[in-house]
Amino acid sequence: MTKTAAPRDIVGKTLIELGREYPELVVLDADVGSSTRSAEFAAAFPSRFFQMGIAEANMAGVAAGLAASGKIPVMVGFAVFVTAKAFEQVRQSVAWANLNVKIIGSHAGLTVGLDGASHQAVEDVAIMRSLPNMCVLDPADAAETESAIRAAVVHRGPVYVRVGRLKSPVIYETPPRLTPGKAVVLREGKDATIIACGIMVARALEAASLLDGDGISVGVVDMASVKPLDGDCVVDCAGRTGAIVTAENASIVGGLGSAVAEVLAEKVPVPMERIGIPDVFGTSSDPERLMERYGMTAEHVRSAVTRVMARKRAQRGRDNG
Amino acid sequence: MTGLSAGDLERLKTIAARIRRKSLVLIFNRGSGHPGGSLSCADILAVLYGGYMYVDPARPDMRGRDHFVLCKGHASMALYAALSEAGFLPDDITSLPPDHQYLQGHPDRWKTPGVEMSTGSLGQGLSVALGMALAARLDGCGGRVFALLGDGELDEGQVWEAAMAAANYRVDNLVAIVDRNGLQIMGRTGEVMETEPLSAKWSAFGWNVVEVDGNDPGAVWEALDLARSVTGRPSVLLAKTVKGKGVSFMEGRPEWHAKAISASELERALAELESREKGGGCE
Repeated sequence: MTKTAAPRDIVGKTLIELGREYPELVVLDADVGSSTRSAEFAAAFPSRFFQMGIAEANMAGVAAGLAASGKIPVMVGFAVFVTAKAFEQVRQSVAWANLNVKIIGSHAGLTVGLDGASHQAVEDVAIMRSLPNMCVLDPADAAETESAIRAAVVHRGPVYVRVGRLKSPVIYETPPRLTPGKAVVLREGKDATIIACGIMVARALEAASLLDGDGISVGVVDMASVKPLDGDCVVDCAGRTGAIVTAENASIVGGLGSAVAEVLAEKVPVPMERIGIPDVFGTSSDPERLMERYGMTAEHVRSAVTRVMARKRAQRGRDNG
Repeated sequence: MTGLSAGDLERLKTIAARIRRKSLVLIFNRGSGHPGGSLSCADILAVLYGGYMYVDPARPDMRGRDHFVLCKGHASMALYAALSEAGFLPDDITSLPPDHQYLQGHPDRWKTPGVEMSTGSLGQGLSVALGMALAARLDGCGGRVFALLGDGELDEGQVWEAAMAAANYRVDNLVAIVDRNGLQIMGRTGEVMETEPLSAKWSAFGWNVVEVDGNDPGAVWEALDLARSVTGRPSVLLAKTVKGKGVSFMEGRPEWHAKAISASELERALAELESREKGGGCE
């Protein structure tokens, strides 16, 4: 039985630890603190917790003002609302103003499941990635979520951290070292590389195990830092394996798949396939069934590897012919 | 009664006239800008940067200082003029090339000394000012925060989110000043979007409301003192102003919201302002 833990359950504990280390750290909530676990920080540091009500636009602005006056504000809310609803506030008052605001988006991607499309952030990675000055982290599991929140607080400038709601397989027993702009190579491989982020890292590892059985050697990279992207790592993987599959719990339009494609197209144009939410809004269902529906299971990743390798072989056949 | 002496008042009126002159020259130099709303708020800026705010260009980051957020970022040239009067920017600011990094179309906190917050998209500044006020309270260092909003800007819903939150947090170190010139791009504020009754709205949101003639520096100073005396809730100055104030052919005309100034218009405007700069204030 695989060990699991819910990334969001690490949020409160991590914020409390960081709150002890950083007296200037403050937390803002938009009436979802019991779900996002920021309420645990409120209990520990009541005077440094600001309940802003159901008003994300104002929350982003207040966070910017706190940062302008030397605080390290962490605004925690549902991914779809802290990014999309407050987008223009984050754009002007946080990203353009280049203030030291940390944004934690919980219930990211399809993990919110039954609440349906209104609450499923599919575009958050794309829109946050499009903002100059913004760093975007999508950690793989609970331990790496702790690393990501810590890295965000250490980093000077705006950071968006995505957090999943569901229990997900444990990849790291202890919080790994996470540096913005640096990928973590989890597995080396010869035939293809899967570059994944967030909860899709576990599925990428599972797919790689399945492919072992097929006699195919696949590398797996945890690209938690979607922006800045570790372009050197992407180029290196493409050079060594000649075939890339990306996997993310976000829209393939503008997310990790797009970021990797940008690097490949400019530097090492090798065959690639993207696994992720296929440019659709979600629907209400159990998250696992949604993953099945949108082609995001380990089996789908395995098929994508098979397809991309076939394209690589065909291309090399043409080149040699 | 205001604690201002007659001499202080004359000095503020002169600063206001100089802010008007510099704003218009800056707008003329760059061939674009917002004359109407820059002129309407010149007296308010003259009071804030002419001595009311606790700021020091030699120590721009000093602990316990006051903060200013120009929520109506399109009045940027008036802000730069005020910062130049206060010593944050060079006195001869109008001789800088129009694309100098200090002279961004809308204020950028990283490009212009003395600018506390990047603004331009309306509706966001009061939230930022609230964050600054909360930080000052946490630090217990006594800084106060002044936010200058346009009255057209009050159409933005975020202003009212911030108003609600500021009252909720009982921040009495936050003062909003509404430059109530009554005009926005498409005409009278009441015709574009009815925001009246403004005083009742701010009161209902939990604010201490002070109505004041925003083109009278002495009255503005007194209103700010009145706001300071109220504890336990934020204050708003509803500052009645004239858009284009100080230049007869711009006064009360919405077309001067955003418009380049021709050389002959500038000449006429400066002639009017010059007499006031010497004679003291607008009547």
